[in-house]
Amino acid sequence: MRELKITPIHHGTVIDHIGSGLALEVLRIIGVGTLDKESTVSVAIHVRSGKLGWKDIVKVENIELSPRTVNAIALIAPTATISIIHDYKVREKRTVDLPPRIVGVLRCPNPNCISNQPEPIESEFDVVERRPVLLRCAFCERPLGEFLRHLA
Amino acid sequence: MSLRGRDIVTIRDLSREEIEGVLADAKKMIPYAEGSKVARPLEEKIVAMAFFEPSTRTRLSFEAAVHRLGGSCLTIADAGATSLRKGESLYDTIRMLSSYADAIVIRHPNEGAAALASRASDRPVINAGDGAGQHPTQTLLDLATMHEAFGTLTGLKVVLLGDLKYGRTVHSLAEALAGFGSEIVLTSPPALRLPDEFRDELRHRGAKIVEEPDVRRAIRDADVLYVTRIQKERFPEESEYRAVAGSYRVDAALLAASKPRLIVMHPLPRAGEIAPEVDGTPHAAYFRQAFLAVPVRMALLRQILVGPKPGGRAS
Repeated sequence: MRELKITPIHHGTVIDHIGSGLALEVLRIIGVGTLDKESTVSVAIHVRSGKLGWKDIVKVENIELSPRTVNAIALIAPTATISIIHDYKVREKRTVDLPPRIVGVLRCPNPNCISNQPEPIESEFDVVERRPVLLRCAFCERPLGEFLRHLA
Repeated sequence: MSLRGRDIVTIRDLSREEIEGVLADAKKMIPYAEGSKVARPLEEKIVAMAFFEPSTRTRLSFEAAVHRLGGSCLTIADAGATSLRKGESLYDTIRMLSSYADAIVIRHPNEGAAALASRASDRPVINAGDGAGQHPTQTLLDLATMHEAFGTLTGLKVVLLGDLKYGRTVHSLAEALAGFGSEIVLTSPPALRLPDEFRDELRHRGAKIVEEPDVRRAIRDADVLYVTRIQKERFPEESEYRAVAGSYRVDAALLAASKPRLIVMHPLPRAGEIAPEVDGTPHAAYFRQAFLAVPVRMALLRQILVGPKPGGRAS
């Protein structure tokens, strides 16, 4: 019988097939500190996976992720799958997909970029290459490869 | 494609054919820029000069271009005198300006400011330099100077000398030259080399680039020596500035080893990089380059504000 490391959830979202060791980054993107008090978050790190060898899993109760959050997860965990759970059943399951432009999730590494000034705009990055992911600031054109440090 | 109503934020906003079209138009504008012929295609047009950083040459040549074509200017020449000082965002300032003018020319100390302005404005925006970023109209007038001297932009060997790290003019110029199949030789002090990612990108686009730190060797069979100012304001530390300033100097002795037709260019103002003795030699092209700023900007403004005029292209 399959061993359940973490318990199923009633309502919420399961992010599965996260690359091993990246669950904490996913939690940062979801913004665990700002979640509703009724939302229990469970995390499994370094779980056996048929597909990936090892993987991480994050389950968040009573939350459905916004498209922006899903885009951000796609940046760091392109292998992840997202399942929406209703009444213990999977209502919808999809893979994450990197859009051509990432809005608002990252901060430009160039301190002199206009997007780092107090302007009524959000940061924007164009996806220049997908494997490995290479982004470019839509304002100052600075390339961004190591984006984990630049999550806004 | 017509440039009418278009934003010019980077030199990449113009195709090779469009650049050639502007250069051909600029050549025809020369007598109008000199004042020997008069035309007023921009009559009734207002161009806002939004200069949030000190600039003499760029602003004055843009203003001259507008006046020579019969248009008028609204000028912000000192950011301290605007409500940016009261905390107004650049976005709001540009949005307001775009309701007063038919086009906006912007110079700003932050990279990406022109891209932001193009979103804030429903009128065309022309980037006149954003931080260490792009300066596409400088590139156009640089290309016009080379085209006037050699009749072509293809197959030239161009040495870029000096500050290749912070010098915004060389970034735009290198991109454009790459598109015309010219060979680029990079000559700079180690601390001011062209940023790696930028060099890789140019190579990725098929640019022929070599690095030659020895300026004598670099200019041996070159057609153009493009000298840049070591810009004090781009250095975080004054000691860093002093260490590299004056490390390259172009004088008659250096040029004795070059081709007789080599032209020396400089975006000006110079700060000792070119000895005054070079001014009287046939190599000196920098004052011609400064003059061509006016017909080139006239050509661009007319194409953006009025649209194309049937005519030939630069060959």
